[in-house]
Amino acid sequence: MAKEFELNEVEVWDGNYAASQALRQAQIDVVAAYPITPSTPIVEGYGGYVANGYVDGEFVMVESEHAAMSGCIGASASGGRVSTATSSQGFALMVEVLYQASGMRLPIVLNVVNRALASPLNVRGDHSDMYLGRDSGWIQLDAFNAQEAYDLPLCAFKIAENLDVRLPVMVHQDGFTTSHKAQNVYPLKDNVAYEFVGDFVPVDEMLDFSRPVTHGAQTEEDWHYEHKAKQHKALMDSRPIIDQTFAEFKKLTGREYKRVETYMMEDAEVALVLLGSSVESAVLAAKQLREEEGIKAGVIAPRCFRPFPYDLVREALDVSSLKVVCCMDKSAPGGALGALFNEISAAAYTTNSRPLISNYIYGLGGRDFAIDEAKRIFKEQKAHADAGHITTNIQQFSGLRGPKLGFYETRRS
Amino acid sequence: MSMTGSTSGNDNRGIRELGAEEKVGWDEVTQGVTLNSFVGESENAAFLKVEERVYNDFNSYTATVASWRIIKPVYNRDICIDCQNCWVWCPDTSIISRDKQMLGIDYDHCKGCGVCVEVCPTNPKSLLMFGEQEDNDEALAAWPSKEKN
Repeated sequence: MAKEFELNEVEVWDGNYAASQALRQAQIDVVAAYPITPSTPIVEGYGGYVANGYVDGEFVMVESEHAAMSGCIGASASGGRVSTATSSQGFALMVEVLYQASGMRLPIVLNVVNRALASPLNVRGDHSDMYLGRDSGWIQLDAFNAQEAYDLPLCAFKIAENLDVRLPVMVHQDGFTTSHKAQNVYPLKDNVAYEFVGDFVPVDEMLDFSRPVTHGAQTEEDWHYEHKAKQHKALMDSRPIIDQTFAEFKKLTGREYKRVETYMMEDAEVALVLLGSSVESAVLAAKQLREEEGIKAGVIAPRCFRPFPYDLVREALDVSSLKVVCCMDKSAPGGALGALFNEISAAAYTTNSRPLISNYIYGLGGRDFAIDEAKRIFKEQKAHADAGHITTNIQQFSGLRGPKLGFYETRRS
Repeated sequence: MSMTGSTSGNDNRGIRELGAEEKVGWDEVTQGVTLNSFVGESENAAFLKVEERVYNDFNSYTATVASWRIIKPVYNRDICIDCQNCWVWCPDTSIISRDKQMLGIDYDHCKGCGVCVEVCPTNPKSLLMFGEQEDNDEALAAWPSKEKN
């Protein structure tokens, strides 16, 4: 039996430590890991808890991230509660196996500490790795600060293991800005946290020798399509279960999460849409602009990146006062407009408000994004609103040195 | 479903062509492409002979892939010394043996690779490859005699 870990009502934890404590409290059976900056302390922490008797589990050192996720899949299919953590290049190496985990419907929780993808090699935070995972069939939740990096893994196990979901979940947090920034975190007591997550309920576990089972079977054109359709439906149908889990978590802690977080959107004229730790900067900028210049600024932040919250994004956008939206993508767009821009635009197209929408690329490789820049971008959106059309290029770059870079002009007038 | 060395009357080995199973819709496929080998509880399956196990429709045991083969091994009981070499080496468990006595070939799963013939130590060999369309009795009648050095 694992020892109880004494916790204060308020702790000073960074995002990594917060996530490792959540893994301990969920009493993970197996962590197979190949540590990588900036996510290393999550699995390092779990290894320490195993060594010191705070969790009854196995820490498996492997030779690569591909092997780490493969080990997680084997342990999960065998009937254990399984988790690991990774970032950037490690995440990229894991991608091939991520699709196996979701296709096999294994409720693994992966903590992704977001970091830029090489080349050039970079250890700082942007959302390239998170974006790389967006078609992998995993549920993707996004923590904006250390408290959420603790809360969301607890919710993630409960969502993943729900018998109507049975899909793996990634919990993202921003490299360094969240993972290494110590903040106040209000943890639950060990027994309260475990009770919230609940006992692991195995499904078709390979260690049940009375019912031998094949996992990861091959299917060709006669079966593959049906399995992928069923998997997609499970991902789409996870939305109410995510909502329900967040509601239960609120009842327990008073902390409220939604698949799409909205801030001051009730009467907003201009809004930023963004993810991760930048959300708090944008909210602060919006508050200051409302006080200082009377600009009706709001923020929309998808907490749940996948399944894409098309339903709630449309609700957030369908505000009669809303004229301009700027979608901010913290990932190199690779020859397109940003992914968030494309998805938010598609959702906005079927709303009555049909706001003007533009795109900023920002923060690549950990380039700082602070309140002054958020305010400048809000004011630029206000200028679009006053002109009635987008007055700049549709895609622009924030915080970039050199001549102004931008692409495409609006054809609306 | 031709085979030599039949093992039991209600054996469901090779009862359908591979891929001829009923094609259900997306709402009826198993979650996560899991396939149970046996129908119901089967804790002691390891202690049963294959023909005594209740294999699931999705287990390849119940499917035949005889059509994949263009040449086949034919087994000559008169020469065989029951050494079990072919049983050990067959990559598709298609040599049927009971109590260390060779019974024959599982023609539903044999791919015609010829490994059993290669490893057969008798002279002449107790297993030889023939064309898929050749009659086994005619093959046995034309069996070569012992080679002398």
